[in-house]
Amino acid sequence: MANMSLNKVKIPEQDPNIRNKNFLEVALGYTKEMAIEEAQRCLNCKHRPCVSGCPVNVKIPDFIRLVAEGKFEEAYEKIRETNSLPAICGRVCPQENQCEKLCVRGKNGEPVGIGRLERFAADWYMQNIKAKTNNTVKNGRKVAVIGSGPSGLSCAGDLAKLGYDVTIFEAFHVPGGVLMYGIPEFRLPKALVQDEIQTVKDLGVKIETNMVIGKVLSLDEIIELGYEAIFIGSGAGLPSFMGIPGETLNGVYSANEFLTRINLMKAYLFPNCDTPVKVGKNVAVVGGGNVAMDAARSARRLGADNVYIVYRRTEAEMPARKEELHHAKEEGIIFKLLANPTQIFGTDAGWVRGMECIEMELGEPDATGRRKPVVKAGSEFVIDVDTVIIAIGQTPNPLIKNATPGLDTTKWGGIIVKEETGETSKKGVYAGGDAVTGAATVILAMGAGKKAAITIDEYLKNK
Amino acid sequence: MFRIVKKRILNTQVKLMEIEAPFIAKKAEPGQFIILRASENGERIPLTIADFDRDKGTVTIVFQEVGNTTKALGKLNEGDMILDFVGPLGTASHFDNVKKTAIIGGGLGTAISYPQAKKLYGMGVEVHSITGFRNKELIILEEELKAVSNKLIVATDDGSNGVKGFVTDILKNLIEEGNKYDLVIAIGPIPMMKAVCNLTKVLGIKTIVSMNPVMIDGTGMCGGCRLTVGGKVKFACIDGPDFDGHEVDFDEAMRRQNMYKDEEKISQKEHKCNLGV
Ligand SMILES: Cc1cc2nc3c(=O)[nH]c(=O)nc-3n(C[C@H](O)[C@H](O)[C@H](O)COP(=O)(O)OP(=O)(O)OC[C@H]3O[C@@H](n4cnc5c(N)ncnc54)[C@H](O)[C@@H]3O)c2cc1C
Ligand SMILES: Cc1cc2nc3c(=O)[nH]c(=O)nc-3n(C[C@H](O)[C@H](O)[C@H](O)COP(=O)(O)OP(=O)(O)OC[C@H]3O[C@@H](n4cnc5c(N)ncnc54)[C@H](O)[C@@H]3O)c2cc1C
Ligand code: SF4
Ligand code: SF4
Ligand code: FES
Repeated sequence: MANMSLNKVKIPEQDPNIRNKNFLEVALGYTKEMAIEEAQRCLNCKHRPCVSGCPVNVKIPDFIRLVAEGKFEEAYEKIRETNSLPAICGRVCPQENQCEKLCVRGKNGEPVGIGRLERFAADWYMQNIKAKTNNTVKNGRKVAVIGSGPSGLSCAGDLAKLGYDVTIFEAFHVPGGVLMYGIPEFRLPKALVQDEIQTVKDLGVKIETNMVIGKVLSLDEIIELGYEAIFIGSGAGLPSFMGIPGETLNGVYSANEFLTRINLMKAYLFPNCDTPVKVGKNVAVVGGGNVAMDAARSARRLGADNVYIVYRRTEAEMPARKEELHHAKEEGIIFKLLANPTQIFGTDAGWVRGMECIEMELGEPDATGRRKPVVKAGSEFVIDVDTVIIAIGQTPNPLIKNATPGLDTTKWGGIIVKEETGETSKKGVYAGGDAVTGAATVILAMGAGKKAAITIDEYLKNK
Repeated sequence: MFRIVKKRILNTQVKLMEIEAPFIAKKAEPGQFIILRASENGERIPLTIADFDRDKGTVTIVFQEVGNTTKALGKLNEGDMILDFVGPLGTASHFDNVKKTAIIGGGLGTAISYPQAKKLYGMGVEVHSITGFRNKELIILEEELKAVSNKLIVATDDGSNGVKGFVTDILKNLIEEGNKYDLVIAIGPIPMMKAVCNLTKVLGIKTIVSMNPVMIDGTGMCGGCRLTVGGKVKFACIDGPDFDGHEVDFDEAMRRQNMYKDEEKISQKEHKCNLGV
């Protein structure tokens, strides 16, 4: 008999007033009992609407039924058939716009907690089951993947399952991409990301860190080394600035720099780790996406008294995951909506002392259908801050493009691919994830990596 | 991991190391740098590629021990491993139509200017090297520079080696003596580069400087290394580190370099090596 409760089984969380001072994970995860209870809310629908909402088509009702039956290992394996990073997706997917959006239980009450169950199955597996030896027959053909973010990992994992000898080249000293340097520990523990990457390595994927492709090797040189195809999953790492006066003052960070210092370089453990980060008493974060929420919540944890989110539209237009918006509010982040920065003021010594903003109002809908913010003349006001973090978006890094003649990109730097296949303008070279779409989501990047793996396999079989 | 194949002590604060890094050695060009990490909880720090040997597959770094990472690095010996070593980063120096150049290295900047002198000398350019140190004990790379310069002047602030004075005065004298340089390269502390640029700007001599802002990734991803050059924001790690010295906002660069002064002090005082976190 299905559990007909209108609400999801609550997920235990750290208290907001405790967690806003630490970097431990906010959501603590379901116990076995909670997971089974929540799994029983699934109606196992024949037409499976939830599955079509998932960019990698996780077999949702099937895995949830296995959870309900207490068959956690089988549940995990069912998810892994289509998703190589379930512990990560279960935590960071914007489920409310994807799988859970289409869940029939959501028509009357809350949808099934698909993400939470996915996370549970993955966590349970990693805690309880030892790595299994992989007995795929190798075909001896080499494929190179550039970048070890979600797109690169999923492409590499799928190709390895098909028998290819896959090497990932990663610029940083650790693999994971945004999962390591962008999304904070309190939302996605780094040890867990590494455990999940280990499961991809267990498939036989090799990861070479400290390799900046375009600098140390060109794409043509990779091919000369015997790789028969290349997948580019280099992400969208180039930070945008606003171009307003004062952006080079001390105390102004791009969100990328701020979060990289904290996550990848563990500045929250300074001085036990060498990399520092400066967080003042009053911090303004400009932007309304996941990146802005993460920067704001990190600043709060590092001791800032007042952390403002400055966003030029209203809460309804904010691209951040609803859950994270809610968490940010609980943790005391102050929202300054319909406001846009116009300049940053500095002290004589060159440190931030304030930021001038102007009020906005919503006008006609723009090309994306969102109402366009327009300036209210003469409405300037100043907020008293000593740190400004700019989180208004990232575009693909031009490094690979600049080093690769014949690789076509859009005006804003996105690699141009054939949508269905991931093929670029250069033969044997495929691309996907944020490098193609601009900043998007983990699961879309993974979907693109999977799709490219299928095309690469076809290409190499016919070569 | 990257093996240290040679270590040389150049003076009390400066060490040279040759590192086995065949992929980097194959691609390295003068003007480029590497980023390394010496320990698990350490910083990523940039160091110039002071030399490279494509056949042996090695890259040479010369570093001054100023803080945790450079001190930890200095303690490593031949045969030891460096945890992470990534490069070649930055844009290689470009030299067109240069016939005669003055290359000025201030202190440690000498090591950064050496590969440029070597390259220009190899191209048949007349190279006058001027290096400045606080005193005789701190002089480095004298023999190396001599081998790639038509003229080498080693000055010390206190005259302890014979030639006394600041590199700017020496450059001025050389020009007054009738030397016509079509390029000046100045590498060293910001005040020195600024002083050289003030002089050469008046004289209309193109001047290249090498900027050393704080960096993390070195690939254009964090924006921490930004500088204002010619009124525009540039990232030193991808657009540089070489820039037209007459366009650089040195005061801003100096200010940004001091951003973590307090933390660097705390870090050195409270640093606990190899603390498991
Ligand atoms: C702070 C933050 C929070 C986010 N929160 C969420 C969230 O909650 N939910 C969600 O779904 N999405 C979120 N996103 C977006 C999501 O993380 C990205 O869309 C996703 O990581 C893109 O994956 P990718 O594989 O395309 O690229 P990335 O994850 O960016 O990985 C690219 C990798 O390529 C490497 N690389 C780049 N250039 C080179 C080169 N030349 N040579 C070698 N390696 C190179 C990079 O170092 C990096 O490791 C967030 C993003 C950020 C920044
Ligand atoms: C492109 C580039 C090339 C460089 N080449 C050389 C070189 O060939 N030899 C050499 O000795 N030094 C070089 N430097 C400077 C070197 O990176 C710093 O001395 C080093 O980072 C100090 O690290 P630390 O942990 O030992 O000291 P810290 O305790 O971190 O700092 C001590 C001092 O170093 C400066 N510093 C700190 N971090 C950085 C950083 N990331 N970048 C620049 N300066 C910093 C601080 O302002 C301070 O004065 C270069 C810097 C750049 C950007
Ligand atoms: S991967 Fe993401 S979208 Fe797909 S089922 Fe899991 S949580 Fe939902
Ligand atoms: S739509 Fe909802 S209830 Fe139906 S199968 Fe999917 S998760 Fe279960
Ligand atoms: S060091 Fe990060 S952008 Fe230059």
